[in-house]
Amino acid sequence: MALRVLLGALPLAIFLAAAAFFLWGLNPQRDPSEIPSMLIGKEAPAFELGPIPGADRPGLATADLKGHGVTLVNIFASWCIPCRAEHGVLSKLAGDGVRLVGIDYKDKPADVLKYLGELGNPYERLGADTAGRAGIDWGISGVPETFVVDDKGRVVYRHVGPIAPNQVDDEILPALEQAAK
Amino acid sequence: MRRGLALLLAAALLAPALLAPVAAWAVLPSEKLADPALEARARAISEEIRCVVCQNESVDASDADIAHDLRVLIRERLKAGDSDQQVKDYLVARYGDYVLLKPPFASYTLVLWLGPVAVLLLGGLGAAVFLRSQRRRGGPAAVAPLSPEEVARVAELTGRQGEAPEGGVAHGGAAQGGGAAR
Repeated sequence: MALRVLLGALPLAIFLAAAAFFLWGLNPQRDPSEIPSMLIGKEAPAFELGPIPGADRPGLATADLKGHGVTLVNIFASWCIPCRAEHGVLSKLAGDGVRLVGIDYKDKPADVLKYLGELGNPYERLGADTAGRAGIDWGISGVPETFVVDDKGRVVYRHVGPIAPNQVDDEILPALEQAAK
Repeated sequence: MRRGLALLLAAALLAPALLAPVAAWAVLPSEKLADPALEARARAISEEIRCVVCQNESVDASDADIAHDLRVLIRERLKAGDSDQQVKDYLVARYGDYVLLKPPFASYTLVLWLGPVAVLLLGGLGAAVFLRSQRRRGGPAAVAPLSPEEVARVAELTGRQGEAPEGGVAHGGAAQGGGAAR
């Protein structure tokens, strides 16, 4: 008798399990193409990049991310259109006193100088990742990507793609606050 | 109009032929290692590494820039003396298990690996329970045989009055004996 009740409830249980799964899958907030970063909670990867000739900024290495407070590490390129879109957002953050450093991914010095000359240079330090090897060490799948690194050089947050203005309040500022703790 | 259709058809037929060599030859000659054994290992590894921008293509097959970088990186690591596993670990350290097209068997992938087996077992169990209950009730073999009136009606419908019933009807008749024997 108990078995019969159990069997009778089985279709309902299967339906509920499937429905819960579909509900999770259909959630518009969920991005199935999002790749979890390996770096969250870990030290920033070891890398050392020379400066961009003519950019008037020092290069960037792992050591520059330790003991300088919370840092926003932005990986960008002059050939990347979404980078252009988020440039204003980054400039505003830097203007508000956030420490912003950049990794120029697979770029030519002349191109990036033109890009920065046109849009302004909000970066405190700029590393030239000509070969794209530092990008792989950071585990990026494309540009732009932005990481929040705390005072001890640990990665707290990763943002894939351009930072939209509304995402500053929703994602970046909370991540910066969390990193400052 | 007809000419446009013919052109479209020709394009559709030709497209795979034009695209296929590109996909098959994503590995550029300049990337290849001189040592054939090392190159074979590099090919085998890169077939199992996911191109992180193309989602479901291996680094070996992808034409993407980052796939090229990863292919070169794999070959560099091999030349530096890394084992196959060390190369994979190097990439996993940066991109996570996501970079492996074949996910590892671990506690957090149990559902993935064992889910299908569990569903198969559940389905088999369901089928077994169903068949058992059928048999306990007597099963489909115990369908009541046709009464003489029904045999007559079937003969009337098939328009073969007086003839011995054939085919499905004959089977019904035979079931009479079979049913009785049980």
